[in-house]
Amino acid sequence: MKLYHIAKNSFFRRKTRMVFLILGLLIAISTVVTLITITRTMQEDIAVKLDEFGANILILPKSDNLSLSYGGMNVSGFSFNTNELNDTAIPKIRTIKNSENISIIAPKLLNVGKVQQQEVLVAGVNFDEEIRIKKWWSLIGNIPKQKGEAVIGAEVKNKLKLGLNRTVKINKKIFSIVGVLEETGSQDDGLIFIDLREAQELFNKPQMLSLIEVSALCYNCPIEEIVRQTSEILPAAKVVAVRQTIKNKMDTMHRFESFTIGISVIILLVGALIVFTTMSSSVSERKREIGIFRALGFRQKHVLNIVLLEGFFVSFITGFFGYFVGLLISGFTAPVLGVTTFSLSIDPVLLLGATLLSIIIGTGSSFYPAYKASRLDPSFALRTL
Amino acid sequence: MSLIMINSLVKEYNGASDVVRACDKISCTIEKSEFIAVMGPSGSGKSTLLSIMGGLNHPTNGEVIIDGLDIYSLAIEQLADFRREYIGFVFQSFQLIPYLTVLENVMLPLAVTDYSNKQQMEISAEILNRVGLYDKMHRLPNQLSGGEQERVAIARCLINRPPIVLADEPTGNLDSLTGIEIMELFQSLNAEGQTVIMVTHNPENAEFAGRIIQLKDGKIAA
Ligand SMILES: Nc1ncnc2c1ncn2[C@@H]1O[C@H](COP(=O)(O)OP(=O)(O)O)[C@@H](O)[C@H]1O
Ligand SMILES: [Mg+2]
Repeated sequence: MKLYHIAKNSFFRRKTRMVFLILGLLIAISTVVTLITITRTMQEDIAVKLDEFGANILILPKSDNLSLSYGGMNVSGFSFNTNELNDTAIPKIRTIKNSENISIIAPKLLNVGKVQQQEVLVAGVNFDEEIRIKKWWSLIGNIPKQKGEAVIGAEVKNKLKLGLNRTVKINKKIFSIVGVLEETGSQDDGLIFIDLREAQELFNKPQMLSLIEVSALCYNCPIEEIVRQTSEILPAAKVVAVRQTIKNKMDTMHRFESFTIGISVIILLVGALIVFTTMSSSVSERKREIGIFRALGFRQKHVLNIVLLEGFFVSFITGFFGYFVGLLISGFTAPVLGVTTFSLSIDPVLLLGATLLSIIIGTGSSFYPAYKASRLDPSFALRTL
Repeated sequence: MSLIMINSLVKEYNGASDVVRACDKISCTIEKSEFIAVMGPSGSGKSTLLSIMGGLNHPTNGEVIIDGLDIYSLAIEQLADFRREYIGFVFQSFQLIPYLTVLENVMLPLAVTDYSNKQQMEISAEILNRVGLYDKMHRLPNQLSGGEQERVAIARCLINRPPIVLADEPTGNLDSLTGIEIMELFQSLNAEGQTVIMVTHNPENAEFAGRIIQLKDGKIAA
């Protein structure tokens, strides 16, 4: 028999006395696990939704010219200089270190075209990417499937008196209008969208791009870092983070995080308090028993260790099971909170974290009661009360 | 040299309003292999004297020399080691640990020694055999009779083969027939060379002892 046998038996054979301690700590740990699991899932849920909601990185050619504005962002001039941006940039972006965070790459060629004797801004885009990055687009009709097809903005439709299934002549080439955008309130309303390749041919700017819009999935990813890596790989381009989008995303997520941390700390403090009071009263209830240990030749250190080991047993077991209880609770509450992506899978890191946290709290809060126990007067053993 | 030498021992307790002098300049010597009965009215200081001889209770004044060692000059942890090596306590109302089995209770003093689990088992089995509780070693204390619990307590105090056994009213909670059995056990231990010092109220039990120390108001009566 060693000291841990004593502590183990004290724990398992005095279960009824430990029940409040176990319950208290179990509730604390499982609540924290639930909070963390739910918040994390919600964050991911929101992050995915937010991330695809528009670009958060813009890649532009470096230029000294005056720039035109597009979508509220400044876009370098239409007169290309030597530092031009072209198609070769796209595969390069996919090779940066954080490439798994890159979700959508939407290249564009913007050019002024002549339509019905008027100047209209024509955007060559990859439609597949464009509709993914512009989740808010609502399109009457379809996106172009073949050459000679175009999508027009609401303003273009009204001003030029165009409509679905009509044709439009851009720089003498005829396009049939297969889709009309409903009003977006953005500059897109005044644009005609055609396929990027066709635009490059039409305006005789092979391979050239005016800008690339990039959406990075940045649930906790360092957007500055992605910008840096992209600039490195595209030294001739200007890579900018769209601050507003990122800041809002981060704010939302961090507010979530601080909330979870705040509540968790309070719950864990309460847990620690429960361990502390239960252990303290357990020690004063067992003054005589501790006196017997001491009378039988146990050192103060041995008594200290027994009480600490008891705290360790309680907190280890409750931490371990608390994780699973928390996971179960998360499973029940996630659908209620509208989180659909939750899967009831065991996260070993969180399991280990919960167990360790419980041990730190349980054993930590047992230190003072254990110290008190070790300093008890051993002559209690002989006292007749 | 005597096994135990007590010189002008004084123990005072700070009561609520006054100071209680539980031991008042006690001096005495006890030889190896004596069987002593400490008697006296309630509150005369018997338990206090026993706890001081056992290294459990620091005296206010005076010294306790056991086997040539001034035990209260030892540091706290060394005093615990001294108790483990020299003293076997049998407490009033047995004081078994309720959540440990008979075997575990008996083994308890070995938990802080270097004995392996196997050695601990062997030593404990032998002692349990001697007190006739080998068959009940896996029971918890509350599944035993009073006399059986007392014998577990005695087995526990013997496990370290201490030269001195200190017993505080060991038969206080037993019927007189069981009490006699326990006294016979003490007597046989004493015959094997163990020094036994026992506090008792019971004159019948005191007859088993070789010498009686009578206490009154913290002093040794004539
Ligand atoms: N821990 C203590 N604190 C205060 N007074 C005590 C304490 N232990 C014993 N006493 C007092 O010391 C006296 C002797 O007690 P004790 O040694 O238990 O006597 P006995 O065992 O002969 O009944 C009594 O008056 C008792 O009240
Ligand atoms: Mg007494």
